[in-house]
Amino acid sequence: MALDVNDLRVHYRTTKGDVRALDGVSFSIADGEIVGLAGESGCGKTTLGKSLIRLDGRMRHVGGNVLLDGDELPIGNDRAMNKHRFKDVSIIPQYSMSAMNPTRRIGKMIADLLRSRGLSYRNLKDELVHRLELVGLPERVLDNYPIELSGGMKQRMVMVLSTLLDPSLLIADEITSALDVSNQKAVAETLVRFRDMEFVKSMIVVTHDLSLVYQIADTIMIMYAGRIVEKAPAETIVKAPKHPYTKALISALPEVGLEYGDKRLKSIPGKPPQLLNPPTGCRFRARCPLASDECAEQPPMVDVDGGHQAACWKLED
Amino acid sequence: MLELEKVWKSYRVGSLGSKKLTAVRDVSFSIAPGEVLSVVGESGSGKTTVGKMVLQLISVSKGAIRLDGEDITKTGKRGLKEYYRNVQGVFQDPFSSYNPIFRADRVLEMVKESYFPRVKRSEWDSKVEDSLQSVGLEAGAVLGKYPHQLSGGQLQRMLIARALLLDIKVLVADEIISMLDASTRIDVLNLLGSLKERGLAVLFVTHDLSLANYISERVIIMRHGAIVETGATGKVFGDPRHPYSRNLLASVPQLHTKWSENPIPVVELEPDGDRSRPPAPLTKVDERHWVASVG
Repeated sequence: MALDVNDLRVHYRTTKGDVRALDGVSFSIADGEIVGLAGESGCGKTTLGKSLIRLDGRMRHVGGNVLLDGDELPIGNDRAMNKHRFKDVSIIPQYSMSAMNPTRRIGKMIADLLRSRGLSYRNLKDELVHRLELVGLPERVLDNYPIELSGGMKQRMVMVLSTLLDPSLLIADEITSALDVSNQKAVAETLVRFRDMEFVKSMIVVTHDLSLVYQIADTIMIMYAGRIVEKAPAETIVKAPKHPYTKALISALPEVGLEYGDKRLKSIPGKPPQLLNPPTGCRFRARCPLASDECAEQPPMVDVDGGHQAACWKLED
Repeated sequence: MLELEKVWKSYRVGSLGSKKLTAVRDVSFSIAPGEVLSVVGESGSGKTTVGKMVLQLISVSKGAIRLDGEDITKTGKRGLKEYYRNVQGVFQDPFSSYNPIFRADRVLEMVKESYFPRVKRSEWDSKVEDSLQSVGLEAGAVLGKYPHQLSGGQLQRMLIARALLLDIKVLVADEIISMLDASTRIDVLNLLGSLKERGLAVLFVTHDLSLANYISERVIIMRHGAIVETGATGKVFGDPRHPYSRNLLASVPQLHTKWSENPIPVVELEPDGDRSRPPAPLTKVDERHWVASVG
């Protein structure tokens, strides 16, 4: 088991109280598995990705723990976490296109970064150049400033950099949202290649684009209002979803080949609940077509099938 | 009804405008009432520039834009105000389209001030209510609220309601869905569908091919500022002829089919050539289907 997350709770501190962005999240990821994490904006998917590597100032680790390769990650302790970052856990951030220092040549920036980890740029340079070639970047980009590269090139550069030390877990946060379709495909396929070449052991791909993550993920987790509502192999999530939220989400996606005249897509009425004072019970209750009295109680995550779990009282239907 | 004829746009870029960048090259098309025309392309293909020129937010370098036969690139300020009665736009980011200091319904009030100063208050209020209703909003739920109190989908629909107050003929919708969540974007998309059924012409600018396919009758694919393929949506997406269109369609992630199951070899295309030259001409390959020659 590469990653094991148990009842993780992370809250944001605000003047009005705690916003419960992660409210009891549990899952595990196997070695070599790519897990897609999808949901609407504000459901806590980015918070989950971030809390596995660095809690920012407003975030507070309230409960639960995270085991990576059997050892506990000290996610609440910024300083203790530092020795795991980049080596054990690495992230490709959202807007990674602007993640590089604009005043430094790329090679120089990488050298600075490696030195801060007590590593020598000279020893790693051959490996770095080799990996850059894998993603189609020539060695000379190391002498360029970030501004001289295109968006897709910068994205690939950051991907190589984030995985340079062969981390056990990689978190890729919305890395394709700012790219064109053709670049999106190249970037997504590079992620799979990195896994196949064992540059990273396992991966969490955070995205709002279900059709993209379906292309590359082994398993997909659907999040809603701070909780995971369904987890299943990618094929199952798309073809035989069980949770009403997943079903609604999938039926709201237009596809090439579908026309307005033929079939009217339906949206999900209402909007997600506030996480400042989340409602009790199932959080999708207010928008759910199947909701009834028993939904006032939080449904447990149950096994439906091999590797398929969902949290809903109405799974038999 | 709205017609673009051989429209070009070049910007001056670099220090003191030392370089010329041609953003749109020789684009011609027309939209009829009750039709949604999608303009798709990658970033930098010139699709937004086309939308902005139709709205006259930027000037045209060469060519003509005609509404009902009248060239609006030549009319003065007064003519333009008249033009905006007929043509309005909605843009990508609903959160930055509003002034956060004022209530959101101020955008509706501003329409009254500049176009209907003599309409009676009660009459105006019922008109506002009608147009909000036609975009699927409850007047009570949105009037008097500040932008931060409304969702992205509500704000975006309110901007469409604002455009409808003017009895417009053409709506330019530039990436109006991309900022919205999957669960709400369909509402806005279906709204465009019902508006088109009522006779509105919509120029739908997007990078998302599946949205274009869902909503539009005709589609234009742009690359490097020029049209590479155009025609009926089913023809262009069902039987793409230009290698660029094929590449584009092959890279769209789809539910139910994986890229690996359906490998379409990606054709290497020539990089950006000399943009000041006229683009390759379009030839008719089928009924309602035109493709630019390659090379």
